[in-house]
Amino acid sequence: MQTLTLNHYLLASGLLFSLGFAGVMLRRNIITIFMCLELMLNAANLSLVAFSRFHVGTDGLPNYNAQVLVFFIITVAAAEVAVGLAVIVALYRARQTTHVEDLQSLKF
Amino acid sequence: MSPVLFWAFTLLMLAFGVSVILNRNPVASALSLVGSFLCLASLFVGLDAFFIGVIQVLVYAGAVMVLFLFIIMLLDLKAEQRRRFNPIALVGGAAVSGAFVAFLLHVLKSFPAGSRAFPNLGVERLDDVRLVGFALFNHFNLPFQTVGVLVLVASIGVVVLSRRELK
Repeated sequence: MQTLTLNHYLLASGLLFSLGFAGVMLRRNIITIFMCLELMLNAANLSLVAFSRFHVGTDGLPNYNAQVLVFFIITVAAAEVAVGLAVIVALYRARQTTHVEDLQSLKF
Repeated sequence: MSPVLFWAFTLLMLAFGVSVILNRNPVASALSLVGSFLCLASLFVGLDAFFIGVIQVLVYAGAVMVLFLFIIMLLDLKAEQRRRFNPIALVGGAAVSGAFVAFLLHVLKSFPAGSRAFPNLGVERLDDVRLVGFALFNHFNLPFQTVGVLVLVASIGVVVLSRRELK
């Protein structure tokens, strides 16, 4: 086994991000699309934490600014999930569907 | 972090991610997403970010995913029917994801800082929560309070959105 480098973490994060993106493009159920969005947010968090750990300052500590940013991302994502799911529930009440291809009234 | 653990958790995380996309049943997708988040939390712990790992488990794998499962069960969703798939979306999604990974590999190859091994920490014990809290309340106090207002606005918005009749 070779030693771990920052590139390993960035590659893992990039693969997770592209999985989430492929899910957003391919899936037609609006709730699954929302879950894939969460996957993409988490991929960004992984790369931020990896950058934090690999940037050890003169005091011998990881860079905590990145971890504070991850904390904010998690908070905002939780708020976003609450609002998004409420919108989905309101949409389901109005149209009785969660399939994106059935929601075309704004399509040009 | 030991390379064996890194590879195990990374492969498990990506496998659960593939399973989120491929499962037609939304409940199975959501449970795979929980697995993916737990593997990600163990990667965070391996990177000495213990606080982030804990809130990943509590907030994401706990609260957010319970909310997802609750909504899936509230809406009583059946497995997504097999419709004629959209070839443009299929080709577009695969192409953009593939191009992104290829470009990432290209960038990482010419990124000298990325090939360094794990730097050693200069301290015996890492009291991670105190250090995150120190940074949060000293250098990021205004953003922290703004996020508090954001959560308040979000919760009021959810209450307004879930009323029976929207005016």
